[in-house]
Amino acid sequence: MHAQTVILPVVNLLAACLLLISFAMLSRRRTQRLITLFAWQGGILFLSTCIVAYSSGLHELYYSAALTLLLKVIALPMILHRLIVRLDAEWDSETVVNIPLIMLVGLVLVIFAFGLAQPISMMATTITRNTLGIALAIILLSFLMMITRRKAVTQVIGFLAMENGLFFAATSATYGMPMVIELGIALDVLVGVFILGLFFFQIREQFESLDLRNMENLKED
Amino acid sequence: MELLAVLGLPPLGFFLLALFGARRNAPELNVAISFATLVASALLVLRVAKHGPMLVFHDQFFVDAFNVFLVALTAFVGLTTAIFSRPYMRIEEQHGRLTARRLRLYHAMYQLFMFAMLLALLTNNMGLLWVAMEAATLSTVLLVSLYRTRASLEAAWKYFILCGVGIAQALFGTILLYFAAEKTLGREGMTALLWTHLNAVKGQLEPRVLGLAFVFLLVGYGTKVGLAPLHNWLPDAHAEGPTPVSAVLSGLLLNVALYAVVRCKVLVEGSIGTALPSHMLMAFGLLSAVLAAFFLWRQKDIKRLFGYSSIEHMGIITFAFGLGGPVANFAALLHMTVHSLTKSSIFFTAGHASQSSGTQQMDGIRGLLGTHPAIGWGLMLGSLAILGMPPFGVFSSEFLILTTAMREHPWTTPFLLIALGVAFAAIFSRVQPMVFGDSEATPLPHSPALVPVFIHLAIVLVLGVYMPPALANWYRAAARLIG
Amino acid sequence: MRAISIVRQLCEVVLAIAIAPLFAGWIAQCRAWLQNRSAPPLRQPYYMLRKLFAKDAALAETASPLFRVTPYVLFGTMVLAAAIIPSLATDLPFARAADAIALIGLFATARVFLSLAAMDIGTAFGSMGARREMMVGFLAEPALLMVLFNAFLLFGSTALPSMVDNYRAHPSIIDPSVIFAAVAFGMVLLAENARIPIDNPATHLELTMIHEAMLLEYSARHLALVEWASNLKLFNYACIGFALFLPWGIATHGADGVAAMLISIAALLVKLTAAGAALALIETFSAKLRIFRAPEYLAMAFLLAVLGLLVHLLLGVR
Repeated sequence: MHAQTVILPVVNLLAACLLLISFAMLSRRRTQRLITLFAWQGGILFLSTCIVAYSSGLHELYYSAALTLLLKVIALPMILHRLIVRLDAEWDSETVVNIPLIMLVGLVLVIFAFGLAQPISMMATTITRNTLGIALAIILLSFLMMITRRKAVTQVIGFLAMENGLFFAATSATYGMPMVIELGIALDVLVGVFILGLFFFQIREQFESLDLRNMENLKED
Repeated sequence: MELLAVLGLPPLGFFLLALFGARRNAPELNVAISFATLVASALLVLRVAKHGPMLVFHDQFFVDAFNVFLVALTAFVGLTTAIFSRPYMRIEEQHGRLTARRLRLYHAMYQLFMFAMLLALLTNNMGLLWVAMEAATLSTVLLVSLYRTRASLEAAWKYFILCGVGIAQALFGTILLYFAAEKTLGREGMTALLWTHLNAVKGQLEPRVLGLAFVFLLVGYGTKVGLAPLHNWLPDAHAEGPTPVSAVLSGLLLNVALYAVVRCKVLVEGSIGTALPSHMLMAFGLLSAVLAAFFLWRQKDIKRLFGYSSIEHMGIITFAFGLGGPVANFAALLHMTVHSLTKSSIFFTAGHASQSSGTQQMDGIRGLLGTHPAIGWGLMLGSLAILGMPPFGVFSSEFLILTTAMREHPWTTPFLLIALGVAFAAIFSRVQPMVFGDSEATPLPHSPALVPVFIHLAIVLVLGVYMPPALANWYRAAARLIG
Repeated sequence: MRAISIVRQLCEVVLAIAIAPLFAGWIAQCRAWLQNRSAPPLRQPYYMLRKLFAKDAALAETASPLFRVTPYVLFGTMVLAAAIIPSLATDLPFARAADAIALIGLFATARVFLSLAAMDIGTAFGSMGARREMMVGFLAEPALLMVLFNAFLLFGSTALPSMVDNYRAHPSIIDPSVIFAAVAFGMVLLAENARIPIDNPATHLELTMIHEAMLLEYSARHLALVEWASNLKLFNYACIGFALFLPWGIATHGADGVAAMLISIAALLVKLTAAGAALALIETFSAKLRIFRAPEYLAMAFLLAVLGLLVHLLLGVR
């Protein structure tokens, strides 16, 4: 039908943009940019959820989209922005290995994710089933971002991006989890970020910086 | 009704303690609420024993033999830990390591943590199980960093990140589970996430999806169980957090996480048909046991030492659940109980020992029998118990596991024996100098609460010598459910 | 081989040679407007070519025959490339000579000759420019190849005329792999044609030059030919981009007649105008990257192209 030929490419385009944003997050150095990218990711998720809600007729997805908008586009970026302003954590100039190498590893992970998701996509009945591979790729790329970063704030942003990927996986494979669970997950994420915020202040008080190399002292001795 | 009490009392406690937790009798309030929770769970146990498994509240909560005994255990250890933490935290406050405000946080989070664990145990909804596990992690993160030292911040950070990433994997596994279930059970009314419904239709769920889901769920919840190679957060969290927190982490949280893994395993095994989940559990369990046993040799901190011991024992329990069958499941459930009781009692004594010696390094703790005989005896008996000496209960469960392993998978027995033997040597050689010998430890300002220690050890002893038939039937029913 | 196709072929080549300097002039004018200064006249490149052709060529004593031959080789390869790329029509006799991958080989030949000739004289700046050019080219080629593979998967052939023909059958502008490939191609275009952010064509600081450094030794007609060849290269790249991503207006197979030709010429002019303005806009908004950042930029282009490939494989029609 006509709607199908328009909706599906748009959803695919949004999914591809999400993947691009994940890669961009891998290579950006300024923390403020990362937060902006994260907000964009949330915005695109919101759009794609709305589109899927419209095309499948499931109205609870609208609530889910609204929750995403509130939490991931507005609340979390604001909290994170205030955190880095008060913590003076603007720059994260170092990564564990150089950026082109990280990009290549990221590419390998994307291929792996696509391969892993293929059999599941075959079984799905949603219109967005092909985007499950992209969701899994976003999760793995966020994980890579967490491993290759030196500053605590960027690790947290990677963690939140992973959660975005999980949300996208849920919407693409199954038209979203039940609302109660999504509320629970959202609450967990929000509380987690609050706790992390508290945590950052404690860390900075003790260590004078948010560099994670200070936190590698507890080893087997 | 009992269910409502069991689930409602801890949040009430959380609110009360958040408001009044800085007062002088906050620890007593904590104990009172924990006691009330225990009474409620005892009533719940009686009801389940009489009427059998029950589904409550539109099938959202499910109580059967498997989780009701864990609920009772959780409430019991919660109570004894609250009793222990009364004088312990007062001594910490007097030593200057904590302020009244932090104590308020501690007490409030303690009840919140209990709530999260009880919710995880009693819910029928796999999604809610995830939310509760995440809530349990979040509530303990701030507890681990309570002392605000560098080491404790590092430990709490590692704990948060590693468990957070692990839990995210578990979320993906849950999503896959929901995806497979949605086809058979539909989207109406959240039935696709209810364990009882899933259990009924597990044969019809798509095996490949469930297999993949199990991998993610095992990695995710397994991180919280402390299975190697995802165990890195455990020794640090145990060593740097306050002792009551170490006790509940080891005694309770690991059990609840393993409960989640086993529930998933039951579903997946019914769907896949092959023994893949069991083999995975066995592999991870064995790896954890052996790895932890060898790491035990390098430890210098007493709480780290027993943290690794927890990893080892959880590995053995996981291995036993992987073996499957009535005997191994029975042994695993028994081991869960006795390990939880013994390990928490060890942490109680270790906490007081380090308080009186002023250090957690084992080189600094000496001659406990001389200065504080009760603590010394508690530590020694506890260590003997955890090492599997008869007539303590740990011996019976390990014996059963070993014999089952020898019968079904004989090639795993050498590994198990090595792990047990190495752990025995390591712990025993470390505990002996701590308990015997001379020391200059100062007496403690408040008398330590050692009644919980001896109650725990007494129960473990009784379970080793004589198993009450009611309890045995209970275990057998649970073992049958696990399959 | 029909008469109309020969006519078309000739038209294309002549148009390319004639328009290329104008295109460069248009870009310079747009840049000037964006930078709020008055622009040189549009025909300035032609005036410069005329001036250069009138002069006497001066060669260094250390120049070898390679140096003297290079300008002609450059110009020749660029004209050949212009003949192969379907800028006006797809029914070209020359198109059978090479597909897109061989086209890249043509560009590579030009680059090799230019670099060798730059090193031929033995000055420091020449070698420096040659080495930098080879590094950029070495990194840009895989990205370009990936873009072409992408196009191959999308349109079913590596020959540009066939791609244009096939594109008409599947119009899908919002296909993400097409967009990724287009962005990657744009990045490679900027890199290969010595535009900001890789190289500043208007710089006079030798230490920051890549392309210009290689031209320092040329004079008179040699310089004219080399400059013309650079303009043609940009024109060719633009036409490849149009053929891959914006093929409307190109006279496809079967569209004979003068009307089709006129439409395609008009379309090409419109597209070139728009492309020139866009290029000037990008150049004004970007800053030149430091040379050691160029590999990152090109890695990003490669990545985008590969992503487009992967996304197509994942999301494509089953």
